[in-house]
Amino acid sequence: MSVAEPSAGPSPGPAPAAGGADLHLEALTKRFGAMTAVDAIDLTVPAGSFFALLGPSGCGKTTTLRMVAGLEEPTAGTIRIGGADVTGTPPHRRPVNTVFQSYALFPHLSVIDNVAFGLRRRGRPKAREEAMAALELVELAHCAGRRPGQLSGGQQQRVAPARAVVNRPAVLLLDEPLGALDLKLRRQMQVELKGIQHEVGLTFVHVTHDQEEAMTMADTVAVMNGGRIEQLGPPAELYERPRTAFVANFLGQSNLVPGYATPTVGGALEVRLDAGAEQLLTAPRERAGGLSGRVLVGVRPEKVYLVPGDGSAPTDEEVPAGVNVLGPGKVVDVSFAGVSTQYLVDVPGLVTQTVFSQNLDQARVRPGDLVRLAWARQHTFVLPGDQDLSAGRAED
Amino acid sequence: MAVAATGHVTGPGDAATPGPAGPDPAVAAGPAGRAPYGLLAPGLLWLAAFFVAPIAVLFVTSLMVPVPGGDIGQFQPALDVGNYAQAVVEYWQIFLRSFWYGLLATVFALLVGYPLAYVIAVRARGRPTLQQFMLVLVIAPFFTSFIVRTLAWRQILADEGPVVGVLQALYLLPPDGRLTATSIAVVAGLTYNFLPFMILPIYAALGRLDLRLVEAGQDLYASPFTTFLRVTWPLSLPGVVAGTLLTFIPASADYVNATLLGNPGTRMIGNVIDAQFFNVVDYPLASALSFVLMAAIVVLVAAYVRRAGTEDLV
Repeated sequence: MSVAEPSAGPSPGPAPAAGGADLHLEALTKRFGAMTAVDAIDLTVPAGSFFALLGPSGCGKTTTLRMVAGLEEPTAGTIRIGGADVTGTPPHRRPVNTVFQSYALFPHLSVIDNVAFGLRRRGRPKAREEAMAALELVELAHCAGRRPGQLSGGQQQRVAPARAVVNRPAVLLLDEPLGALDLKLRRQMQVELKGIQHEVGLTFVHVTHDQEEAMTMADTVAVMNGGRIEQLGPPAELYERPRTAFVANFLGQSNLVPGYATPTVGGALEVRLDAGAEQLLTAPRERAGGLSGRVLVGVRPEKVYLVPGDGSAPTDEEVPAGVNVLGPGKVVDVSFAGVSTQYLVDVPGLVTQTVFSQNLDQARVRPGDLVRLAWARQHTFVLPGDQDLSAGRAED
Repeated sequence: MAVAATGHVTGPGDAATPGPAGPDPAVAAGPAGRAPYGLLAPGLLWLAAFFVAPIAVLFVTSLMVPVPGGDIGQFQPALDVGNYAQAVVEYWQIFLRSFWYGLLATVFALLVGYPLAYVIAVRARGRPTLQQFMLVLVIAPFFTSFIVRTLAWRQILADEGPVVGVLQALYLLPPDGRLTATSIAVVAGLTYNFLPFMILPIYAALGRLDLRLVEAGQDLYASPFTTFLRVTWPLSLPGVVAGTLLTFIPASADYVNATLLGNPGTRMIGNVIDAQFFNVVDYPLASALSFVLMAAIVVLVAAYVRRAGTEDLV
């Protein structure tokens, strides 16, 4: 044991990690009775990254997190942190800290004692000073002596990450810690958390059902559904090129229409829609995903333009090159949302299509108008056709 | 305690209760006036008649002197503090023994009661049927009389009884040893009789324990034992303080257990007061003993509550 290195003493806790570690999940499974909450997921979270587990409630994301923390015992599978197998390690010996959804601040301890709790358990000689520094990081140094009950909700929200981050865990777990906040405070905390992560360079695993939060904060997002990971990747990639209807609908919104795809000579995919055989949509080769046969063709609502028309299907000459056109359809709803306006368009034979259009000029489209939907072909994506096209849609 | 209970009966909810929907909105909307005090009256009258008045009579009696040349049991008003001096000088050892037995009973009741309360409140959480069953087991002894239960203990601890037999077989008790008429039996009886008063407040405190805090403790490198020590125990302290008070106060003033399970050498202060009132018929001394007992308990409890930290109580 070197003298220069401040030793943690005969503490049961792990040594603080210098900047986070990899997290590997291998075939991790959790069953509650007959119900499979987490279904053999494999996952690698690289050291120092900000990783989000995104999914609706009941998708298994929190159970996954709790297994990593050691608060839930896996039915099968392995958890490795920085190469070490911690599957059977009790929670207090794992180099992991959690920011709980309920904050779980100790009501009988002052704020500073809350933050110093983990440090003291590991026998850090300067626990108080380190805790104070962490409180300064979240701008709560002036509240150090108060009890959590004497803080506002927003202040408690900042104590919770400070209490976890101060231990410099190899992996920091965030269990929807922003869920209870109002929108403005949530945005502010997102920025602060991201700042903390940059500053301390820890591996963050963030569980959330808020797709916007996941995309804003995380380097990598894994979309979970029914105990499995549907798709994993950088937010922009997930958004631009979803691979399942669930991801397309849960992460942002999508217009999905079923059809039959035939590859063309150039490698692009021509899709004849089930509704209205005369309508042909084309997806460029790099967006076709190697699919053919029954498919779902999708496009994001903000990529779509409304073209006022007389209700007739467009002829080939009317459609410019590189543009997909759908319709005609009838505008059934127009709702103004500040930066953009949302139009709902009923196209015969299809589910209601959504269009977001920036409020650049006066809204000329009103409910009842007949329009066509047009978008650039490179914004089209194609999904396998054997899925429920409303999977993952918000139920509202 | 009685005052606090009465106060609850007429809480703010009553003050806010509007009268019958009368035509005068000012009356309905305004403060309820004297109504809350009216609701307090039964409780206050009860306390005045059965607490304040007897205490006053007891105090006056404690300063009386015998009527010169009078019969046994005849006393006249005076301001004689000699009764107090006698009470302390003559009986201080019995006071000490009472508090010692009370303390032992409290400690044993805590040692037995805390794990039970923990199992009922925490381990059985989410299984209401099991919880209710266990709570009934805790409360069931109350369905029989205190005296009968204590007499039953005499049978259990009797010389020919199973407990003595087993202890003798294990050489934990000499062949001529016994349990009845010993201080062990008295403390055991006290512990048993007041155990529910220990369990129930702790159960209530642990029932409110947020188990996510326990998880947070383990997440922050505290072993299960440390988590108990640093999180569960401090959060259950209000229940522990209430339970120990509810056990210690009646246990140290008890005389039934010492009478039925003890011997003359295990007399407690309750036995002395009882004897002074009904056998010796020295009312002033008995009253003075009662006052010394009350004062001593108040001092002990005040010191204890101060130490335990009152801010989180209630």
